Formats: sequence, structure tokens, C-alpha cells
Amino acid sequence: MKIFRIGFAVVVLAGLGVAGWLFLRGGQPSVPRSASQVDAAALKDPALIAKGAYLTLVGDCASCHTGQGGARFAGGRVVGTPFGDIPAPNLTPDRETGLGEWSFEAFRQALHDGVDRNGQFLYPAFPYTSYTKVSREDALAIFAYLQSLAPVHQAAKQPGLGFPYNVRNTLKAWRALYFREGEYVADDTKSPEWNRGAYLVQGLGHCNECHVERDAFGGMRSDQSLSGGQIPVQNWYAPDLSTQANGGLAGWSAQDIVDLLKTGQSAKGTAFGPMAEVVSRSTQHMNEADLKAVATYLQSLPARPRVSYQPSPLDTKPILDQGAKVYAERCADCHGRQGEGVAGVYPPLRGNSSVNEPTGINAIRVVLLGGFAPATQGNPRPYSMPPFAQQLNDSDVAAVVTYIRQSWGNDAPLVQERDVIKYRHTPID
Amino acid sequence: MCSAVLLIAAIALAGAVHAQAAANDPPHVPDTLKQRIASCTACHGERGEGTPDSGFFPRLAGKPAGYLARQLKDFQDGLRKYGPMEYTTRYLTPAYMREIAEYFAAQEVPYARSPMPRIAADALKRGEELATKGDPSRQIPPCAACHGTQLTGVQPDVPGLVGLPYDYLSSQLGSWRTRTRATVAPDCMAEIANRLSVDDISAVSAWLAGRELPADMHAQPAGSITPPLHCGVLSAEARP
Repeated sequence: MKIFRIGFAVVVLAGLGVAGWLFLRGGQPSVPRSASQVDAAALKDPALIAKGAYLTLVGDCASCHTGQGGARFAGGRVVGTPFGDIPAPNLTPDRETGLGEWSFEAFRQALHDGVDRNGQFLYPAFPYTSYTKVSREDALAIFAYLQSLAPVHQAAKQPGLGFPYNVRNTLKAWRALYFREGEYVADDTKSPEWNRGAYLVQGLGHCNECHVERDAFGGMRSDQSLSGGQIPVQNWYAPDLSTQANGGLAGWSAQDIVDLLKTGQSAKGTAFGPMAEVVSRSTQHMNEADLKAVATYLQSLPARPRVSYQPSPLDTKPILDQGAKVYAERCADCHGRQGEGVAGVYPPLRGNSSVNEPTGINAIRVVLLGGFAPATQGNPRPYSMPPFAQQLNDSDVAAVVTYIRQSWGNDAPLVQERDVIKYRHTPID
Repeated sequence: MCSAVLLIAAIALAGAVHAQAAANDPPHVPDTLKQRIASCTACHGERGEGTPDSGFFPRLAGKPAGYLARQLKDFQDGLRKYGPMEYTTRYLTPAYMREIAEYFAAQEVPYARSPMPRIAADALKRGEELATKGDPSRQIPPCAACHGTQLTGVQPDVPGLVGLPYDYLSSQLGSWRTRTRATVAPDCMAEIANRLSVDDISAVSAWLAGRELPADMHAQPAGSITPPLHCGVLSAEARP
């Protein structure tokens, strides 16, 4: 990783030189509030505000823009990235610390272009790489809602970034590589429902921000939509979302997708870790039509080429035997002898995308941490899994995770004790 | 004879089929709260008995429901810092946390004695003094002023202190000082913990942990105390 960072620093410094020569400034400052073309009275329209409230739920804005236990939308949560910590700012209409002095044009510029009202580039921890697809109309509704909130006076912390990442103009190089500005353009060959789903998934829902592998520069490859990836710093694996052959969600019906997003669990799997948060704060509040649209779009993602793993040079028989024993003692009572789970209660492990994901991180961490499915309107009293961190040693965790990844038709590489050691002490946030 | 053999064979076959079915049947899961909260009971015990020997996983059984619900909320909000608990409570609703709190509050579990530290007699005396009379010179109210005349707690928000392990009590007082344990403002226990010296913490924890248990360990009825400090956790509007 270090060599990548040094490499990145070199690229960035070279980029800085070019930037200094080509363009001395960042983005353009936006219009001040007093010069806004949007009528202040129009922003008070209750229907527009209600629409905006719904859209902020779809966009899961409050998740990042609310500190743990803090006032909603007042900022304070620190988003960890491999380059440093980026605190999410205050979105309430406080004049000094929030959006109280922002015009709609400035807000739209941030969402659409990733440039703040003074013309500074925003760090892409704010997912404008996805939000750029949001329509102007929807952005207006979101702005109207945010402006209707009670102002909270709470200044954002400064980003914890070292050189060169603290020089915002270095983002010019990053943007040239990874950012394509532009609203969602409907595909006329597809149904309105498909287009609605694509708009939500690619835009406001910003699913790609986690469900695509990021490279050493923290950028996403544009040709790998929703193909799954490890979430940096948080260290969870966001699975491939294709339901076609060899996709992470192969075999999921549209209803399974709707169920998971609506209630936190489905016949094929349960949301946990960062996805539990997404369900809890965002998708459970989405209406049925939008959830179905999302499912329709995900079901149209292409089949994937089959991943062939190198067979392990280790003799896996003793590991699988040890894993089978741990499984029978600790897991089978709930997940079933064949990994079939219990409908509506415990998720199946057979064919489970988080069991079969390439890294093994999810299964290791779920075994260590246990936890509840998110409590939602559709599943208000969820069942839970005991944490095994205190009860199983690294060898047993590696064995049982390897066992479930290679049983009942599951086909994923083995995990080793060193993987368990690594994730045993990963911070939970 | 023949029919007897057939009968035995039939019984054996039925048994085998039954065993086969048991091996392939999906697990039977009872629809109980106890089953749902396996994530809690794995460490705290099925009835919230905790681990009195080590004091590491606190007892939950019989603690007032308002207090337990408040702790869950404080972990969720990051006021109490402990990764596994913050993770476990993160996506629970207030209603579900209340239900879980009530489950543990209703458990009647005998109190077990925990290992005691070696502590000098005059330190124990100091501990008793702090618990029962406080230290007015340093504005430390007696524990009994809030935690009940028998130190068994007060419904619905104040936990009992007797019967808890030394390690648990001293580490809680310590964590108020290191700000890994906090609650809604004004956080009067944080104030008091910061007025105690390190020796005071050992003294009062040891005296509480070693105290003879009263016959009735239940918390006193609601409204039976007038707290000497204004505490955020005791105000109705702060109730989770």
C-alpha cells in the first residue's frame, strides 16, 4: 500500500505542477444567496419539502451528516478513508456553520460538480461521483427540505489529511481520472421502471460507492458497475449485486431484493455491517414502487465471468474437518446442517453472497461480532447471532469460515488464521 | 412370530426415517425474546447473570428497566464507549431496547459473591463513610442518597450497587473519569467520580462489593429518593 501512496504522491505532485501551470484556481464560486434565481417562497412549498425529505432518505444523507448520538443533519460523523479522516459538514440552515448562507445554485453545484460555494473542490468522500446524476428537480426538493430544518450551530471539524491530500487542488487530477459530471440520461429502450431503478441506484442511492472495488487512488473503475468491492477502512466486503449467472446475488428474485431493502432480511440473506445501516436509515423508508424499480434494474445487470480460484497448496482436509466440528457444535442449531437457515429467522449460508464473496472478510467478521439484523418496521424484533470472538480462537474461526465457504455448493477460497487475526481487532466503525 | 418381526422391522424403519428427517429438518427456533437476543445472552448469560467471577461481563438481572434501556441507548449514541456493545446496539429501535431491558430487569437471579481485593481496614472504613455519609468537604454525596437506603437501587432509573463485583464497580467509576462512560447531561455520576480520589474509588468499590447483602435485593419504589444533584438520567424527558 505504501508504494502506491508514494506513487500517488509523485503523480499528484507532477499533477500539481501541471495544475499550477494550466489553471491556478479550483472550481468556480457559485452565486450568493441574494442573487439566487430560485424564489425563496417556492422553497417553502410543503409538497416540495416532503418530496425532499423522502429523497434525503433514499440518498441516506443523514447517515454521514449526523454524528453518533448527535442532532440529525448537523454533521459530525467522520468518514475514514485511506488518505485521512473527512468529517461530514452541517447541512442544517445555520448561517455560520451550516447551509444558511447557501443559494440553491451553490447546493446544486456541490451535488452535481463536487465544488463548494467558494469554488473549492470537495473531497469525493462526499459521493458526488454518484450524486452528479441527480436531476435538478430532485436537488431542488432536497435543498428545500434541508432549508426547512431547524438550524443547529455546529462547526465541522477540519479534515485530518496530510500532504498532498490536504491541497484541494490536487483533486483536479483525481477528478480528471475518475469523475464524469452529468445528470442521469434515460435509456429509451428500457422501461420507465428500469430507468427509475437505474437512476436511484446509480445516483442518489450511490450504491456503487461501496459495491465497486476502489483502486490505490481511491477511484472507482467506471466499467465495473456494482461488481462488488472491499470497503476501504471499514473493512467489509460489499458484494457483487448482479443476480445473473456467477453474480453475487445469483438466484435472488425481485421480491428477495425488495425484502432485504425493506425489512433487512430476505430468504437469501440478511443485512449486517454497513448494509444494516443503509437499510435502517435509508432503504426501509423507500416506497414499494422505488424498491421494485431498484430490483428490476439490479436483475438486469449482466452475467459475470466465472471467477476461478487457485486451488490452495495447503491440505485443506484437516481444516475442513475442524471446521465441520465447530459448525456442528456452534452454528448448525440456527443455520441448519446443510446451511439452509430458517425462513424469516436466520439467513441461509448456502449460496449466501456474503459467505461466498472473494475475501472472506464478511464471514470472519460476522462470526467474531455476531449481532442483530437491523430493527425495521418490517422486522421490529430481529433475531441475533452471538459474537464468537470470546469463544473461538483464530484457528477455529478460520476453520469454520473455510468450512462454510466450501460446503453445500459454496465455492470460495479458504481463509487462514492470519486473516482472522487481522480482522479480530478491526474497529467496528 | 412373523408379524412380530415385521412389527419390529416397521418400528426400526420408522425410527430410521424419523432420524433421517431430524437430520435434514430445518432447525426448530422458538419464537421467544430469549431466542432473539442470543447476541446479548452469549456474554451476559441467559438470565443476565453476567460473569461474577471475573466481573468482565456485567450482571443485568434485576437492574431497573429504565436504567438498562438508558445504557443501551448510551452505547448506541457513543456516550458509553465499548466497541462490541456499540456495534450490537447500533440498529435497534427504542421500543426493542426497552423490551430487552425489561426482560433482564425481570430476571430473579441469586447474587454470587465475587473475589475481593486485599484492602486495609481503614480503607474499608473510608469506603463505608463515602457510601453512607459522603464527604461534604469535597461535595461528595453519599451513594445511598441516590442508590437507595439499602443501596439496592431505585425504580426505574437507578441501579443497585451491592452484590456487584469490585472489578466492575471500580472500573465503572474509573471510566467516568476517563470519559469512556457518560450519559445525558448533566451527568452527575461523572461529576461525583471526578471528585473521588483514586484511593476513594478502591475504598468505596471494595466496601460495596464486600457488603453483606440485604434480604430484599429489589430496587426501592419510584419516587422514594430526592437526589442531591440534578441528574439528566432522572428527568422524564431524557428517558429513552
